[in-house]
Amino acid sequence: MQAENGLKNKAFDWIINTALILLVIVTLYPLLYVTFASFSESSQLVANKGFLFKPLGFSLEAYKSVFSNPGIIKGYGNTLFILVVGVTLNLFLTAVAAYVLSRRNVMWNNLFTFLIIFTMFFHGGLIPLYLIVKNVGLIDSLWATIVPFAVSTFNLIIMRTSFSAIPESLEESAKIDGANHLTILFRIILPLSKPVVAVMILYYAVEKWNAWFYASIFLKDRDLFPLQLVLREILIANSTDNMSTGASSADQFMIGETIKYATIIVATVPILVVYPFVQKYFEKGVMIGAVKG
Amino acid sequence: MSGYKTASSHNSFKQRFIRDFKLNKLLYFMMIPVLLYYVIFHYAPMYGAVIAFKDFSPMKGIMGSEWVGLQHFRDFFSSYYFWRILKNTVVISLYSIIFMFPAPIILALLINEVRNQAFKRVVQTVSYMPYFISLVVICGMITDFTNSNGIINSLFSLFGYDGAAMLQKPGLFRPVYILSEIWQKIGWESIIYIAALAGIDQEQYEAARIDGASRLKQMLYITLPGILPTITIMFILRMGNMLNVGFEKIILLYSPVTYETADVISSFVYRKGLLEFGWSYSSAVGLFNSLVNLILLISANYISRKVNKSSLW
Repeated sequence: MQAENGLKNKAFDWIINTALILLVIVTLYPLLYVTFASFSESSQLVANKGFLFKPLGFSLEAYKSVFSNPGIIKGYGNTLFILVVGVTLNLFLTAVAAYVLSRRNVMWNNLFTFLIIFTMFFHGGLIPLYLIVKNVGLIDSLWATIVPFAVSTFNLIIMRTSFSAIPESLEESAKIDGANHLTILFRIILPLSKPVVAVMILYYAVEKWNAWFYASIFLKDRDLFPLQLVLREILIANSTDNMSTGASSADQFMIGETIKYATIIVATVPILVVYPFVQKYFEKGVMIGAVKG
Repeated sequence: MSGYKTASSHNSFKQRFIRDFKLNKLLYFMMIPVLLYYVIFHYAPMYGAVIAFKDFSPMKGIMGSEWVGLQHFRDFFSSYYFWRILKNTVVISLYSIIFMFPAPIILALLINEVRNQAFKRVVQTVSYMPYFISLVVICGMITDFTNSNGIINSLFSLFGYDGAAMLQKPGLFRPVYILSEIWQKIGWESIIYIAALAGIDQEQYEAARIDGASRLKQMLYITLPGILPTITIMFILRMGNMLNVGFEKIILLYSPVTYETADVISSFVYRKGLLEFGWSYSSAVGLFNSLVNLILLISANYISRKVNKSSLW
């Protein structure tokens, strides 16, 4: 019995490790492919069909085109603005609301909480939201990508849950020392909640970095396009032509191929560099979020 | 109402209201911006959804436009598109529940069985990674890899696939959509189950080992039941979003050639409303979507409460 189980366990380990190694390869290879392709000679890349295990030739031509593209530079700038201003506003409003909603003995809190959670399950729809944003006068302003998304209800609930777990006695003693609610929030509660604050910054930042859809309907002026909208034109709509001006149309097609890959790298490396440092936070964050509100 | 707050029943509502306000004035003041946000960007659009029952014209505004009753709903239900987009939405949703929902659970179970800590770390780090790549970039990669010269396409040609761009084939849209979805999110969505796994009582495993249970049996009879409450909650949430198929991804990947299998309710709302300016019609479709979602969520929660006693509310 023991020996039989020992053998079974060994086979079990073997199957599991193989499955996970396959998963690692399937996940990593596409990223490696893109990296190799971005450094390849465009004529060789176009002629090649199938897998790449190293760059074909070596050329930085594609990166030169990407970095001299005003759209990408501007896109980075706009995204940076949306990230910094947006996340700051997100965090401020979420923290304040989470603080208020986590206070006991506030008569209207149950109603507020209900009204806020209800919005997670029912919404007016895309067109009415568009009309509101239009009526408020935010169309064609970067604020259109910030203000209508100022609070994420899901994040608010995570933060409220975490604030509720802080012992009330701390707050009581601060009150005796004459602190008001704003002081308590910013001087006591927030410093005690660094992990959840880190998680909120991460969640909001990922959301802002990724956002393209509402930007695409709220922004018409190309100078305001965030990076993702510029990327959409290059990657999905396939318009790399304006980045390879001066080349013949056959060359344009070839250079266009490598430009796509270089663009992916330029747009993804910043995230992948930051990501190992924040990994420990989001593991914690998901656990905090998993606590039933 | 009998017996409701008998202790304070000698305080009238008005007295309690005034006392509460005096005590918590600053809190209410702090709440104003957030409440305004919810009123303007969540509740006003709910009110704005009345244009689904009107013939909205931007000149006349929401109030001034004329009522047409259920006209737009009737048009929608009797149109050629109704069954197509409803079917696509339901099919893509069902596919993602069947294939996408269990995937992270399986991954979490596998990762849980790895005994080499360094290898475990590597698997986790790598599997979360694609979640952080933006959707636009992911879709760019999908388009490129499934193109006639792309790596996935070349790989499949070896097995007899004809080599045409996969996203141009209506029959392949859903598999490409679902598989790439799993590729991107399996790691990220497994985190919550891995977190739940950490909470399982270790003594159960010891007892099982003494009884001679193999590791497969331990996984099936201890680990899996241990994370069942988490699975249930995630499932209810998933059901509530049944008709909210990730339309941003669909809009990035579909094309008129693949509308017949790819067009879902929300992508239809987007096209009719914002590209073709059918404001009212499109709002009616959107409202239909929201209502069905709400009903699904409430039913899933109800069933779960009856069946295994765990529910969202």
